[in-house]
Amino acid sequence: MELFLQQLFNGVMFGSTYAIVALGLTLVMGILNIPNFAHGHLYMLGGYITYFFINNLGIGYWGSLLLSLVVLGFAGVLLERIVFRPLNGQPHINAFIAAIGALIFLESLALVVWGPQGMRIPNPHPQIFQVLGITMEAQRLLVIVGAAVLIILLHLFLKKTTTGTTIEAVAQNREGAMLTGINVNRVSSMTFFISSATAAVAASFLSPIFILSPAMGAVLGMKAFIIVILGGLGSVPGAIIGGYFLGLIEALGGGYISAEYKDVFAFGALILVLAVKPTGLFGKQEG
Amino acid sequence: MLKVESITKNFDGLIAVKDLSFEIDKGQILAIIGPNGAGKSTAFNLITGTLKPTSGRVSINNNNITGMKPYRIVTKGVARTFQTTSLFDQLRVIDNLMIAYKWRTKIGFWNTLLHTPSWKKYQEESFLRAMEVLEFLGLAEKAEFFIPTLSQEEQKRLAIGIAIMGKPELVLLDEPTGGLIQDETDRITELIRKIRDEQGITVCVIEHKMQMIMDLADKIVVLNYGEKIADGPPEAIKSDTAVIEAYLGGEINA
Amino acid sequence: MFTKPIHTKLFFLALLIAALFLPLYVPDAYMFQIVITSVLFAIATLGMNLILGYTGQASLAHGAFFGIGAYVVAIMTKAGVSFWIALPVSGVVAAVIGFVIGLLAFRTKGHFFAIVTLCFGVILFQVAENWIELTGGQNGIFGLDRPTPIPLPFLGTLEFYSQPAQYYMVLVVLLLTLFALHRIIYSIFGLSFMAIRNNEELADAVGVNTFVTKMISFAMANFIAGIAGGIYATIMGAVSPSAISIMITFNFLIFLILGGMATLPGAVVGAFVIPIIMEVLQFMEDYRMLFFGALLVVVIIWFPMGFVGGLKAINQKIIAWRQSKTSEDSNA
Repeated sequence: MELFLQQLFNGVMFGSTYAIVALGLTLVMGILNIPNFAHGHLYMLGGYITYFFINNLGIGYWGSLLLSLVVLGFAGVLLERIVFRPLNGQPHINAFIAAIGALIFLESLALVVWGPQGMRIPNPHPQIFQVLGITMEAQRLLVIVGAAVLIILLHLFLKKTTTGTTIEAVAQNREGAMLTGINVNRVSSMTFFISSATAAVAASFLSPIFILSPAMGAVLGMKAFIIVILGGLGSVPGAIIGGYFLGLIEALGGGYISAEYKDVFAFGALILVLAVKPTGLFGKQEG
Repeated sequence: MLKVESITKNFDGLIAVKDLSFEIDKGQILAIIGPNGAGKSTAFNLITGTLKPTSGRVSINNNNITGMKPYRIVTKGVARTFQTTSLFDQLRVIDNLMIAYKWRTKIGFWNTLLHTPSWKKYQEESFLRAMEVLEFLGLAEKAEFFIPTLSQEEQKRLAIGIAIMGKPELVLLDEPTGGLIQDETDRITELIRKIRDEQGITVCVIEHKMQMIMDLADKIVVLNYGEKIADGPPEAIKSDTAVIEAYLGGEINA
Repeated sequence: MFTKPIHTKLFFLALLIAALFLPLYVPDAYMFQIVITSVLFAIATLGMNLILGYTGQASLAHGAFFGIGAYVVAIMTKAGVSFWIALPVSGVVAAVIGFVIGLLAFRTKGHFFAIVTLCFGVILFQVAENWIELTGGQNGIFGLDRPTPIPLPFLGTLEFYSQPAQYYMVLVVLLLTLFALHRIIYSIFGLSFMAIRNNEELADAVGVNTFVTKMISFAMANFIAGIAGGIYATIMGAVSPSAISIMITFNFLIFLILGGMATLPGAVVGAFVIPIIMEVLQFMEDYRMLFFGALLVVVIIWFPMGFVGGLKAINQKIIAWRQSKTSEDSNA
């Protein structure tokens, strides 16, 4: 029973991370219909930038997190501008390849600037609680709570503000939005900003717990992809539910079935779903 | 020859085609007309397998072809063109034609790899058939040209040529003169006649140009909101009240 | 019908002669090793060119099939089977595994297909890393022997312990692959691949069974990748999960895009030139991949045809321009 609850706790924590990262990605993929394969690497970059602010500039944890959010937001805008926007009319595979180029570039950038060895951000909340037999590190709890808060904030933003509803509208139906005079380019930039900023927050939450390395974004990026496809391109609830779901499956599967093959669950799930419904769970026919 | 029996297509509540039935006799030129959105192209898609009918039956020469995939329907003798000119624009004119004959040959991996005598024969046969069609289309000098260098009319002609490459019994042409001026339209009309008269292929056309249809068609089927509202020779259709109403008065006399 | 102009044929002949005499002018053993592995990468990239360049399907599992070939040869030769039997088996195993994957993957299209194949690739990598009894896990399999010597009547024994011998062996395989691909692509059969890439709906409408055609292209591509991987294992003497990783796929992709998709020479050029450039730029260390990442982005945006593709496009523009001139003249 205790093992189960512990795994549940971990599952929710990872699920929270997946949910945030997938949420940012689903907005981008829904709007541009371009697989931003480099999303996971933006996440990784976010972690390193937070580390930079804490380590090199001596700024506190929360300050660094906020600064990193802004910096990475602009990084995302830059990525959209120079890599994806020029490929707008081209076959999607070209954008996919460009994303791969960007990914390689970002990973090498981290490697060059910070080196291959893992970095650790000092844990700002080292307290540990014991609840119901579960060991809860405060930072892990922060991930869960922080993620939930972030999701709620995003939800309010998307539903209650003009910018937000515009973004959702474009994500759901790009042509329709263009017809009503919405400046899609501006919306694209805005969306990339949010997408990257949230990834930075997720990375900052997680980095005190797990070490930073240039390769840490790769697998996460792929999983976020899978979640987005399964949940439906542009579907925020799909991304959130999918994220938590995957976190739980991995934790429980990893705990009870096989720890080594933990990552396989995500990939296997995708293959199974696409085999049955080739356009994703909630996806529409590709145009 | 082609029998369409009560086909219906229901897109989750939106009924694009409802209980449509008509027949095409061998050697006929049949036209399907109707206002925009009447379901004409959908009807084509249902016959050629691009869409599966929700109910109903399609058969050619009493062979049931309902819901068969497009690449198999072609082997049963039914070929088509698309409303928006659809070509292989990365390839040359002759390639566009030869690929459409492939199903009639037994060209496959092994005989291609080994360049067997039968492979050579099939390549030759395809090439000859392609040149034959090019002559028929009047595009023989453009065999090695790339698609973007062709004019719009030439591209539409080529699309028709691709459809007749496989020696079909019936060819379905979706707006073959779309966007063409009067001269060009007349030439295509002539081509369609030639297809029936010289190649012995039955033709079914979707068109909007009334004058052309009245001259060309032996029989006309009129659709409106997915249903057939009239069916008969041009003179009968001209004076059919339901048809005149559907077009909101008098356009048929134009 | 598909004949090339005479100057192109002469150019390729010159390249062939240069390739045949390479052992005479290669600077050192280290460079020679790079050349030999580049030839193998070229073979694998040619396979990727078939499924991606010519058929238009982005298989991101391609590197995994290279790895499968490597592991099959490693496992079989370690168990005492002759390399010359293990090699064709490795190609077949890759093709068969590809067949199973394709049954599922080809139900999807476009970037969904890319993701599915990517996932399969990752799963295969995880299996290689974790199935220790079969693959040696993270350590892999090492201590592999070179291909068994072949006794030739009157001429003595053909051994593969020297670099020139290995080089000629891989060169022969490259030429065979080029020959086979050339025959397949420049035929109506090859047209069916390109038809799918260009306009899948129309291909379907003219009688091409798109599913079967894609499967054939996939099987061919994976067989070729498997063979290349199999030879790679025996020449390197060892195999580890890095041979089946996503990085291998990305490398092939870089070679293909930079060299030129949908051109036979493109894959070869890319697979040769890039590794050599990578070696030459060794001093740049980690900045190398920084450079290549950026280069990939630049090329796919501004020169999606790659180097050879770009040359070909210029050539075709000239031909088309000449054609429209005659067209105008005859229409006037």
